[in-house]
Amino acid sequence: MQSHIRTFAIAGVLAVSTALTPAAFAADTEVTLGAQLEPPNLDPTGGAAAAIDEVTYSNVFEGLTRFTSDGSVVPGLAESWEISDDGKVYTFKLREGVKFHDGSDFTAEDVKFSLDRINAEESTNAQKALYADIESVEVVDPSTVKVTLSKPNGSILFNLAWGDAVIVAPETAATNATNPVGTGAFKFDDWVEGDHIDLVKNPDYWGEPAKLEKVTFKFISDPNAAFAAVMAGDVDSFMPFPAPENLAQFEADPRFNVVVGSTEGETILSTNNKQPPFDNPKVREALAHAIDRSAIIDGAMFGYGTPIGTHFAPHNPAYVDLTSQSDYDPEMAKKLLAEAGFADGFTTTLKLPPPSYARRGGEIIAAQLRDVGIETEISNLEWAQWLEQVFKGKDYGLTIVSHTEPMDIGIYARPDYYFQYDSPEFQKIMEDLNNTTDPAKRTELLQAAQKKIADDYVNGYLFQLANTGVVNAKLKGIWPNRPTQANDMTSVYWED
Amino acid sequence: MSDMSLNSRPASGLLGSALRSPSFMIGFLLTLLFVLAAVISFFWVPYDVTVLNIPNKLKAPSLEHWFGTDIFGRDIFSMIMVGARVSIAVALVAVGIGIVAGVPLGLLAAARHGSLLDEVIMRGNDLVFAFPALLIAIMITAVFGPGAINAIIAIGIFNIPVFARLARGAALSLWTRDYVLAARVAGKGQARISAEHILPNILNLLIVQGTIQFSLGILAEAGLAFVGLGTQPPLPSWGRMLAEHQTLYALAPQTVIFPGLAIVLTVLGLNLMGDGLRDIFDPRLRRAR
Repeated sequence: MQSHIRTFAIAGVLAVSTALTPAAFAADTEVTLGAQLEPPNLDPTGGAAAAIDEVTYSNVFEGLTRFTSDGSVVPGLAESWEISDDGKVYTFKLREGVKFHDGSDFTAEDVKFSLDRINAEESTNAQKALYADIESVEVVDPSTVKVTLSKPNGSILFNLAWGDAVIVAPETAATNATNPVGTGAFKFDDWVEGDHIDLVKNPDYWGEPAKLEKVTFKFISDPNAAFAAVMAGDVDSFMPFPAPENLAQFEADPRFNVVVGSTEGETILSTNNKQPPFDNPKVREALAHAIDRSAIIDGAMFGYGTPIGTHFAPHNPAYVDLTSQSDYDPEMAKKLLAEAGFADGFTTTLKLPPPSYARRGGEIIAAQLRDVGIETEISNLEWAQWLEQVFKGKDYGLTIVSHTEPMDIGIYARPDYYFQYDSPEFQKIMEDLNNTTDPAKRTELLQAAQKKIADDYVNGYLFQLANTGVVNAKLKGIWPNRPTQANDMTSVYWED
Repeated sequence: MSDMSLNSRPASGLLGSALRSPSFMIGFLLTLLFVLAAVISFFWVPYDVTVLNIPNKLKAPSLEHWFGTDIFGRDIFSMIMVGARVSIAVALVAVGIGIVAGVPLGLLAAARHGSLLDEVIMRGNDLVFAFPALLIAIMITAVFGPGAINAIIAIGIFNIPVFARLARGAALSLWTRDYVLAARVAGKGQARISAEHILPNILNLLIVQGTIQFSLGILAEAGLAFVGLGTQPPLPSWGRMLAEHQTLYALAPQTVIFPGLAIVLTVLGLNLMGDGLRDIFDPRLRRAR
């Protein structure tokens, strides 16, 4: 009798354990990724939202060149290229035998169409400026394209690797927003708005085929729900995970790996350079000294993040560490404020977008600024309001945001950009940079640019956002770093 | 006063039944606790709630920090004291708006019962009432920007129809009373009758409703703050404390338990007190005792 009971008990336990882990059996070729933001559409050439690239980049759409996990640029749909001696003509040799998901062939015509489309007048491409130097695109033969630039541009291969320059077919370009057709290792399958997007393996992929049959992007905006979904095994990976405070709990659980990589996200205290009193460089310098970066990284990010002293990623070889130039020194800040004529301080606005780095970082910065006499009126905004009021309307004193585009120091050369920094000197450096192809000279110019904006204290430079996330311990091949806004799933697989 | 109200009794009688009502006493003591916390917070708090102490964050409750510390190392006990001030102030002003605007509207509608004015006032109130209160509060703060003042206005607007309806309903039944008739015969105007004879006799109802609305106001303020539309940092707010620490419930439970308890106990206290007051004021129940 007793042994009977035991048998039943064991059978019961087995039944329960299989019932609880159905995913473990079905999951060897399927992956569900968690993501906080749902893309507004799926056409990376037509919108600025990072979430578009996070689903489609490299999975569905490919460009002539592409980023790898470490941020280097490698051939994509272009097999190789030649650059003319004057640096103005790039001749791309395209891969052969590439097909779009609808079965049509990928040819030089598609490349010409895609690149011309970016610079067309009615183009809604979010990064038009990156490709403005492209003067003409010429089809030499079906597998050769000649791109002519109006002036040498050393970063054009890098720019072509962005999601904004992926190659699309003329027949499907108009419908890519809802039914993306690309050349990637995954095909778009289904989109249930507000819930998930399914991609399935492209059996006719030109390169190494994907190891997964199906990838699902599940959208969970609430950090608590995200935590529960990971803990329950509903999602296999969540990168970046929205609540850094939960990472310690994942770390303690053998089912998960916590991944800490780098991103291109310079998190800055953006300062409205045209709004008094921030038009006074002394005030901005005071601001820089009033901020204690380590307290912000510790308090808002639970220690994840690298302090920066300029708008540049620390993992980039050209980075110069300028953090000591804006050391935390409240006495110095008070002195500078007094010199600028604000001995009694002043009041300004601090408008914060939703991410926790901004909301929490904002409270910490407000307290630090209060210590030197600057009062801030905090208002918490949703992304749409933030884009409207701060980014477009420039109606703000201070804000906190992470600039996640790669190598985006060039934004400081745009006087109408939302922090309204207008320095002909800096613009000259950027122009020189674009006209330079020699790597050593480029590094020199990039460093000069970093120093210039640090010297001018354009913004408060806080920290480089870390790519912190949680991945099922058996799932391999997820990019630890985030060189661009992407979740490249092409080489992800389940380990037995 | 010729019409020493129907319900009024010697004060000692009221006090006596108050002391005998356990729900009133529990509610009253809970409410008193939070009112005291709010009042004391003006003069003294254990720690300054605007000063962050990040190395000291998420400490468990101890003798030093009775309720522990939050994500920025602030003392949670101090934040709850100051938060009580915010909650009570918001709810008080909001109920005040409701009474000041709603009661005269209700009295006017009752005085002009059946007239077009009555219809306009009451249908207007129905209109406001038809919308879910919190939804409109979110709309108001979304349009005019988040903040304590806008939260007060939003919550206050929704108190107007509550008091207007209550005042009108109660006043209507009084208008048929003989002493009102006597006052009319004596030549008193509608406004004067409303102020001198009607209002004192519906005061007990208004007080009970005020207590209930007060607790709803605190709940609404916490709700608005939770979704980020109430009081803005650095001023602490119970709702925002909950929202800011919701991902930490497993790591540092004290950060959500105490603000949550503060909301629950205050609302419970006010509701118990309101129930108790109703029982005390209700003549039928009193006679039964």
